[in-house]
Amino acid sequence: MEVKITINGQEVARDVEPRTLLVHFIRDTVGLTGTHWGCDTSNCGACVVLMDDKPIKSCTTLAAMCVGHEIRTVESLERDGQLDPIQMGFHEKHGLHCGFCTPGMLMTTRALLDSNPNPTEAEIRTAISGAICRCTGYKNIVSAVRWAAEHEAAMKQEA
Amino acid sequence: MATMETTTERPIGFGRLRRKEDARFIRGKGTYLDDIRLPGMVHGVMLRSPYAHAKIVSIDTSRALAHPGVAAVVTAKDLETLGLAWMPTISYDTQAVLAGDKVRFQGQEVAFVIAVDEYTARDALALIDVEYEPLPAVVNARKALDPEAPLIRDDKDGQSDNLASPLWEAGDAEATDRAFAEADTIVTRDIIYPRCHPAPLETCGMIADFNPNTGQLDIYNGNQAPNAHRTVYAHVAGLAEHMIRIRCNDIGGGFGNKVPVYPGYVCAIAGSIVAGVPVKWIEDRSENLMSTGFARDYIMHADICSKDGKITGLRVDVIADHGAFDSTAQPTKFPAGFFHIVCGSYDLQAAHVQVKAVYTNKAPGGVAYRCSFRITEAVYLVERMVEALALEMNVDPIDLRMRSFIAPEQFPYETTTGWTYDSGNYAETMREAMRIAGYQELRKEQAEKRARGELMGIGVSFFTEGVGAGPRKHMDILGLAMNDGADLRVHPSGKAVVSISAQTQGQGHETTFAQIVAEELGIPPEDVQVRHGDTDRTPYGLGTYGSRSTPVSGAAVAVVSRKVRDRARLIAATMLETRAEDLAWEKGRWYVKGDPEKGALIEEIAAYAYGGQPMPEGMEGGLDAQVIYDPPNLTYPCGAYICVVDVDPDTAAVTVRRFIAVDDCGVRINPMIVEGQIHGGLAEGIGIALMEVITFDDEGNCLNGSFMDYLIPTALECPDFELGETVTPCPHHPLGAKGVGESPNVGSPPAIVNAIIDALHETYGVDHVDMPCTPARVWAAMQGRAEPPQ
Repeated sequence: MEVKITINGQEVARDVEPRTLLVHFIRDTVGLTGTHWGCDTSNCGACVVLMDDKPIKSCTTLAAMCVGHEIRTVESLERDGQLDPIQMGFHEKHGLHCGFCTPGMLMTTRALLDSNPNPTEAEIRTAISGAICRCTGYKNIVSAVRWAAEHEAAMKQEA
Repeated sequence: MATMETTTERPIGFGRLRRKEDARFIRGKGTYLDDIRLPGMVHGVMLRSPYAHAKIVSIDTSRALAHPGVAAVVTAKDLETLGLAWMPTISYDTQAVLAGDKVRFQGQEVAFVIAVDEYTARDALALIDVEYEPLPAVVNARKALDPEAPLIRDDKDGQSDNLASPLWEAGDAEATDRAFAEADTIVTRDIIYPRCHPAPLETCGMIADFNPNTGQLDIYNGNQAPNAHRTVYAHVAGLAEHMIRIRCNDIGGGFGNKVPVYPGYVCAIAGSIVAGVPVKWIEDRSENLMSTGFARDYIMHADICSKDGKITGLRVDVIADHGAFDSTAQPTKFPAGFFHIVCGSYDLQAAHVQVKAVYTNKAPGGVAYRCSFRITEAVYLVERMVEALALEMNVDPIDLRMRSFIAPEQFPYETTTGWTYDSGNYAETMREAMRIAGYQELRKEQAEKRARGELMGIGVSFFTEGVGAGPRKHMDILGLAMNDGADLRVHPSGKAVVSISAQTQGQGHETTFAQIVAEELGIPPEDVQVRHGDTDRTPYGLGTYGSRSTPVSGAAVAVVSRKVRDRARLIAATMLETRAEDLAWEKGRWYVKGDPEKGALIEEIAAYAYGGQPMPEGMEGGLDAQVIYDPPNLTYPCGAYICVVDVDPDTAAVTVRRFIAVDDCGVRINPMIVEGQIHGGLAEGIGIALMEVITFDDEGNCLNGSFMDYLIPTALECPDFELGETVTPCPHHPLGAKGVGESPNVGSPPAIVNAIIDALHETYGVDHVDMPCTPARVWAAMQGRAEPPQ
């Protein structure tokens, strides 16, 4: 079947099997390998992308379900060579080790900051509780999100 | 010649440098295994046994072969013709690559389907007809020892029981008996360290690309020891070692799970040799949890004793459950890994350990889940036993530890089970943890809460680890010395490339190792490229596990940097027209003693070394060096951990409210990365203590085969960790550093379980509970009917 999805602002139309999962559509059909796959059961969050600005797990979403929707992946965060503050925060606060969960974490926390620009530690922990990081123990991820929130606010003020 | 006014203008190597490798990861531009697509590549998937123990009567692959898009279906029969039906494990046992005679655990590999894509290959799995004749399964290690138990390894000549290896002992049994005879207090416990799983977020897999025209085998694979894997493939597949190239690009976590060679790897290689195209095989999450290297599964019976208020003796009897094939990751001479470090941090009169290893109808292992070869089990046992002893003696558990610690002046210290600890100041480390925790105030708070019926517990653990395997005089794996190479080249512009044999899985080697070169040569870390993960472009060495990167590979990098510095000195002497012994070093520069204005920077020396001017007598041009580093001893980091838990009296749910970790890992090269490692290991420790377990029903069905059932802590289960440090440099490491990556995983479970018992003992009389401390298990303990996990 033909599936037409807007991914990172570009409309992508491909002929795929109806059972094709969104994560495979993004990675294998479109070739954007930043979105990862980790568990099959919606537990780990490595596959999180934004659908119409809300985080979803692309390993348990059919590509066919996304027709007419806007998907954003980690590849969309950097714009014109400028990193998103959330990307900068993860680097500044050592919020990643192996990097495998990072794209899902970045998209999850980007969505958090879009809806809540000044989240508390508890709000951050709740927001990322659907995503597993096996390396960091989450402490520095929380710090990274706080860093991004503070710098994003400062950048907006400057602008 | 350029001159320098002060040394402080040169870059500082050590410190909280942000990581170089982040740049690609935060953009989603890492290259993990599944991100690699080779032209003509096909996909392999594995058919696995639904039974834990069954004879294979027949396998019919005809329907699968007829399925459109299927290129091949490989079974044990096909592998037999290639001599690949069985493979050696890292513990000198054998393991079926694909089951031919019978299956011995649920999830065992039975057939390998190769097809145009993964969806098609998985469709074909359902078309393979296997007729099984089920046999009784043995999932309990104690029952496996019963003379009437079904024989699991009937493939092994002369095997008449389920013992996996001869009884192994360490320490002095008679001296230990004497210590117990003279003791004031003796405590006995049965303690289980349940089966758990490293479960890295990226599962295991391989792309094998055999070129029939050249005979070259290119392998892409996320493993923790690429050089050793290459040697193993050369032996197993009869291929020439120099014609195998293994590339490990970015690896999504390892934690010990990516140390062994798995049947899927051998099938991918065999598939590529047979099909003549690249074959990609990547397991799914259930396959990872149900078939690859599990951890722990130690059933321990222990006695501990004290005299005059001090711990004096320890006796431990272990049944080690290895599953169906003994693929335990450990150095050859140590059948129970480093378990005999079980004396811990205490100056004991005597200790004795014996370990019996058995086969069961469970997945093979065990690997060290962020653990240096069974040290986790040892630390858990001794720290639980010390806590039990303190409870029996009715003394504060920290007081008992303080009275029994090895004193600073006793180092280097020989333990009664054969270890030589390098350095430590245990009391100082313990006091630092007490200070950060506010230990006395916590005890007051606990008393007040108890009076109100609230259940608050304070748990302590103190560990000493032996990490950085290891000296070639003591240890090897499959006959390979546990050394690491480093090759450093400074280019004419002064920029350097250092090639290492350690294999990062997220530990930040590209940053840390650049910092070591930077510190030693006085050039900026951004001018140092760290090359790793490619057997064609790196020196030989045994990879990354057992917290060995900094102790072994890091030492290699320091030593090779110093060799380059020494060469630079000779060249500088020629450049400056003086004698080498008249030169002094400051960061990045050799200068003339007594005339500091006159000197040469490393980049100037490099330019000279590659230039047209005369070199020193007898010296070749260029500025480079290489080493293979053989550590003289392991390094012995230690740590004091204090955990505060709250237990809900109505639901028995445990909350880790605070966790204080004071680690002494000697000199820290990049404290930010070290702290990150500690945070991550603590989270794993919380998982192991509270949630993570692989269990089986009586028929051998795995009950924790997905992340729905194998629970991993999220941000909600982890507190805001509180870290501290003491620094006792390692006397034999060139940088004074010790390993650290595994310490938090090793040290945290006993602190958490001790805290839970501390919360429950006074009100409910609980003096033991086995992990994982789920609400159900803790509730049962509160009701006096705790059962160990199966």
